[in-house]
Amino acid sequence: MSDFPSTANVVVIGAGIVGNCLVGHLSDLGWTDMVQIDKGPLPNPGGSTGHASNFIFPVDHNKEMALLGVQSANQYRDLGLSVDSGGIEVARTPERMDELNRRMTSAKAWGVEAHLLTPAQVKEHVPFINDDVILGGFYCPSVSVVDSLETGTQMRKKAQEAGNLSVFANTMVTDLLTEDSHVPGQRKITGVVTDKGTIMADTVVIATGCWSNQTANLADAYIPLVPAVHQMADVGPMDILAETNNEIGYPIVRDMDTFCYERQSSGSMEVGSYAHRPILHHPDEIPSNEEAALSPTEMPFTPDDFDQQMEEAIELMDMLGDAEIKYAINGLLSLTPDAMPCLGEIPEVRNLWAASAVWVKEGPGMAQVVAEWMTYGYPRVIDAHASDIARFYEQEKSDDHIWARAEEHFNKTYGIVHPSEQWEGRRNLQVSPYFSRQEALGAEFFSARTWERPQWYKSNADLVERYGLEEREVEWDNRWWSPITLGEHLNLRENCGMVDLSAFQVYELSGPGAVAYADYLAVNKVDKPVGSSVYTPWLTPDGGFHSDLTMMRTAEDTVRIVTGVFDGGRDSFWVKKHLPETGVTFKDITLETTTLGVWGPNAPAVVGKLTDHDLSQEGSPYGSLRNVELQTADGPIQATLFRISYVGDTGWEIYTAWDNGPALWDALMEAGAEHGLRPTGGGVYGTSGRLEKGYRLMGAELESEYTPVEAGLARPKVKAADFIGKEAYLAAREAGPIAKMCTFTVEDNTDSQGRKRFMQGGNEPICTTDGEQILDSHGRVSRVCTAGPGPSVGKHLLLGYLPAEMAEVGADFTVMYMNELFPIKVAAIEGSVFDPDDTRLKG
Amino acid sequence: MADILILAETEGDDIVDATLEALTAARSLDGDLHVLLCGDAVDEDAAAEKLGAYGADTVHVAEHDLLNVFGTEAWGQALALAIEELTPDVVVASGTSKGNEILAIAAARLDLPFVANCISLPSELADDTDVELTRVQWGGSLLEDATLSSDTRIVSVGHHAVEAESADGPAADVQTMPVEIDELYARTQVVGREMAEAGVTLATAPIVFGGGRAVGSVEAFAPLEECAELMGGRVGCSRAVTNNGWRPHRDQVGQTGTRIAPELYVASGISGAIQHWVGAMASKKILAINTDAEANMVVKADYFVEGDLHTVIPAVAEEIKRRKS
Amino acid sequence: MRVLVCVKRVPAPGAKINVTADGQDVDTAHLGFAMSPHEECAVEEAVQIAERFEGDATVLTLGAPEAEEQLRYAASLGVQNAVLLSTDGTPWDPQRTARAIAAAITSLEADGGPFDLILFGNESADSGGYQVGIRVAHALGRPIVNAIKGIEPDIDGGLATAKREIDGGFELYSLPMPAVMGVKEGLNLPRYPTMRGRLASKKMDVTVMEAEGEAGGQGRVTLKQPPATESNMVKLGDGPEAAPAIVDLFEELGLL
Repeated sequence: MSDFPSTANVVVIGAGIVGNCLVGHLSDLGWTDMVQIDKGPLPNPGGSTGHASNFIFPVDHNKEMALLGVQSANQYRDLGLSVDSGGIEVARTPERMDELNRRMTSAKAWGVEAHLLTPAQVKEHVPFINDDVILGGFYCPSVSVVDSLETGTQMRKKAQEAGNLSVFANTMVTDLLTEDSHVPGQRKITGVVTDKGTIMADTVVIATGCWSNQTANLADAYIPLVPAVHQMADVGPMDILAETNNEIGYPIVRDMDTFCYERQSSGSMEVGSYAHRPILHHPDEIPSNEEAALSPTEMPFTPDDFDQQMEEAIELMDMLGDAEIKYAINGLLSLTPDAMPCLGEIPEVRNLWAASAVWVKEGPGMAQVVAEWMTYGYPRVIDAHASDIARFYEQEKSDDHIWARAEEHFNKTYGIVHPSEQWEGRRNLQVSPYFSRQEALGAEFFSARTWERPQWYKSNADLVERYGLEEREVEWDNRWWSPITLGEHLNLRENCGMVDLSAFQVYELSGPGAVAYADYLAVNKVDKPVGSSVYTPWLTPDGGFHSDLTMMRTAEDTVRIVTGVFDGGRDSFWVKKHLPETGVTFKDITLETTTLGVWGPNAPAVVGKLTDHDLSQEGSPYGSLRNVELQTADGPIQATLFRISYVGDTGWEIYTAWDNGPALWDALMEAGAEHGLRPTGGGVYGTSGRLEKGYRLMGAELESEYTPVEAGLARPKVKAADFIGKEAYLAAREAGPIAKMCTFTVEDNTDSQGRKRFMQGGNEPICTTDGEQILDSHGRVSRVCTAGPGPSVGKHLLLGYLPAEMAEVGADFTVMYMNELFPIKVAAIEGSVFDPDDTRLKG
Repeated sequence: MADILILAETEGDDIVDATLEALTAARSLDGDLHVLLCGDAVDEDAAAEKLGAYGADTVHVAEHDLLNVFGTEAWGQALALAIEELTPDVVVASGTSKGNEILAIAAARLDLPFVANCISLPSELADDTDVELTRVQWGGSLLEDATLSSDTRIVSVGHHAVEAESADGPAADVQTMPVEIDELYARTQVVGREMAEAGVTLATAPIVFGGGRAVGSVEAFAPLEECAELMGGRVGCSRAVTNNGWRPHRDQVGQTGTRIAPELYVASGISGAIQHWVGAMASKKILAINTDAEANMVVKADYFVEGDLHTVIPAVAEEIKRRKS
Repeated sequence: MRVLVCVKRVPAPGAKINVTADGQDVDTAHLGFAMSPHEECAVEEAVQIAERFEGDATVLTLGAPEAEEQLRYAASLGVQNAVLLSTDGTPWDPQRTARAIAAAITSLEADGGPFDLILFGNESADSGGYQVGIRVAHALGRPIVNAIKGIEPDIDGGLATAKREIDGGFELYSLPMPAVMGVKEGLNLPRYPTMRGRLASKKMDVTVMEAEGEAGGQGRVTLKQPPATESNMVKLGDGPEAAPAIVDLFEELGLL
């Protein structure tokens, strides 16, 4: 054993699948003088990797999970440590058959070979299955079984043999050293204290799986995950399995409706379950390697929780009933509040990174994401915003929250989860000033991280009759949806609507360097006269989208940043990460301000009743900010009118102090009564209104994998000032778009059963008229980024990218939805399908 | 001055070493050391000399036909009768299988408490009727401080807890003690013996040569086989090996295979996955041969050789042959 | 042929066993529970004998209500009847335990006839008192031998042959039934429960009796960790040059 080092370039804590793959990737990317430590022995230090079932189903509805699953499977394959066993998800219910059709659709999207099987066909693959209890199966030949321990060992050894890594097993981290960074309230990592000595390091990565939050707590940081039990029992031996003379000779069966799987392991069968009650543990309840009967994360089996699963397993495979249960555990894995991993730099502590809540199935790919992130400033392999640990708000970083959410989603692991499905518990964490008024109006609230936003108002049910609207024919399409939202849309276009935008995350940069710094962040020019604004991308160093938001010059030395609630954490972290040492102060003023949007042909008339200010395009030009006094029943209030629109009709975002909110709401409602003003939900603001205008949304159309050139958001000129990603941006402009964002109209919504179907925007593949998958020259698939109704154009609308050479208005394509193809047409590329000349914005 | 009675355990015509441990421990007590010797299998003069050397003052030879061959109930009754006759303050045996058994039978007959497997005998044991003793739990993983309240304190001293040490004492006095043993107890006498079967199983082998993933092929197990044959042991393997089809499942050591308990487990190229460890952890000693000094199996082993099994094992086979010839 | 097996619910620990702050018990926060390993073999033997001789097997335990888990585990392996002698879960001394079990057996036999064989584990995995089975046998007036690694009942002769492991072989005993034995691991290879066995065991009725016994003369002051021993891993050498040292070790351990 070499001497324990006192310094390192980077310390990686944890030698599970993630830590091991991370050091391998970092070594490949040129990192040197790395130290990896784990409190356990090698090759199995006792974490979740050691007891993983080690299989990868490459089809997931989520793009990040699906593509990183495939990416990971390929990395295992390249090492020769993977067997393509195939896998079948079987359905016992008609609802699950629908879901399997949805799986077929996602398989198409990600280019994964898949087949729907009849029960008899399932039995051909799995002769010991009881085909009487199933309705069909979803067969994926590329489902693989991997050797995660050996893969980790080889990745680690690769870095060691390259001379870039020293490894210390059986080494306990006892503290993380930090000091204040130049950003107020933020610290930076300086070192790692272990029972074998202290290592000073500028960069530290936490890859300690179930223990990640415990490790982060050593630096007073927080990684929101909780160790949770996944029960697994190994039963056997059975001759039919032993005779394969193979680790796995039959496809893995996922018995989706019972939330269980049956996976051959040599002569026996592993039965795993996500069906039992959620069993969560605090990390300090996990025993040490010495204390554990098996390993720390193989906790004592609680058989009472597994009995029902046994009955169902026997029902599916009778032979399991008479085989011996030789090994059964309550295996620990990591759950997060939103079922996505925790990756990236931890906001509280500069250069302290998280690589946590990652399972074996996506481990190598997620490790690559983190390695690239550390190397290039942002991941290249995929857009990882949904896994970015900076996404969490403070209210999400509590045991109460994580436990409640993990309890709610654990049983959805194999569940049928609707793309719009809402959380039941831990709601109303953050509500707007209008919440009680909205409740009184029967608002249907959708949560956006911690915030509650009305999606539609039941008080507007009369609009359904007024406009002759209908529910959707199929329950799935109708779920989490209401025709009221169409009514609110049509009313806004005819009269006007008022939208609660309080969930906007609002930040302020101030000080002598504020404007220059703002310009360093933004593609478009911020340094404009006070009272002007700019809608702009923020780019990654590689020129992809990091953010897409509005910046306002509110004073000579002050810039206001307004971004969406889903991106607030990431964006504020980005600002702090690049903040100059002096000259700029950052402040989050989200809870000091509230915003109401008023749009529609009658919007000027409504707002005009509250102020004498000139509301014409001269007095309040598009994109301008005007500070005004508005009359309310409580007296005059100060407000800022920001003339902008995300829905395609004229109007304003009205900003005022949080406490003025209720008075403003009441005044607008009263003034709007005679002008047909209705409170209007996010269904219009975020979907139908936006789609008709082809407005892009960060996290949907806009991701780090695409450039402003491709998204159609490049301006004619590039500003002189430097900004993050400028070089890449200039190159992208030079090269021209490889893909182009298009608006599609669905030409016929009728399915093979004669029912009207409505795509949800869940990554449905956009295909050729022959139904072939479309990839651009960078291998990016054409898929639906957002789908929704276009009530004013009478068609269902889709946004998605096409290879540039195929993007032509009027061109015919198809979209796959529930495993059926529907004809679609390119209706617009840079423009919009509704009011393409923006005449209504000028009203 | 207290009286201490020590049970002599015999094997064939000799007194077992464990009894000398018990005697050594009993010397720490202030009292006369009486030894009970059952039956005529052991020559009493030889016994007096051997036991005397370790500090015995008197050897009481219990005489009855039923005691000449070991029998649990007969020996237990003999001890109970000796206790009644000699009224010792303390009764001691070594905590061997038979030592504990005979003490327990005597204690049951006399309805007295019995504290098994103490790690030492504190001096108060000789004098106080209420004493505190430290004894073994969990096979030695834990200790228990236990109270013993009795006019007659029956205790065993954990086998190997005390090292036998001669006191170079003179031969002990020999006194015969005719006892009445209930003829019924012939029912628990040894009626025969069976020598260990030729050939060992994986579960009973005194030495197991285990091979893991690193062995690499069916053929590469040959040197392990050779060592096992030379040593009268068996070859075992990890799950990765059976999964690769290099060995049959019956050779698999582990959770789902065979649990072994050899005197020595030679784990070659075995990383020590917990499933394997569970099957191997009852081994008395473990020698790990591995290229990775941090492997699980190495950390848990008693002995370690850093190196490639493909070169180490053949060298071991050669060395065994050299010494045998 | 009726066989009774007495088992004890014990924690299933890892390499290190923690003690609760008050020193009165093992800290079972992270631990599952099992019956002592010797008793798993006893249960297996009872099930096999009951199967071979068309008899029945009963499992009995003394302990807290949670010990029902071990009774059902035995049932999942094929035991037909189960008896829980219920206590508050605090440790009972060996004399008290034996008195309660003997009384319970007497009562069970009054109702259902004698047990031809009563099997105990040689000693419990936790407290290792080496005496409960012996005290019960004595109370019932039945023969007992410990350390048994082989049992062959002869129903017609009313005898059970038992093999006790000694150095280099076995001692043979021939016990008239009804008899009591303390058995050791290695007696057989215990089966694992099947899923069907587990599910069936859920439905078995457990006879619950209040455990009653007068306390004996042994008590617990505290549990504690043994003095720490230094890490005793000895490196014998590197590569093939270590072969002589390895063979020296074989000789030292008496294997060569």
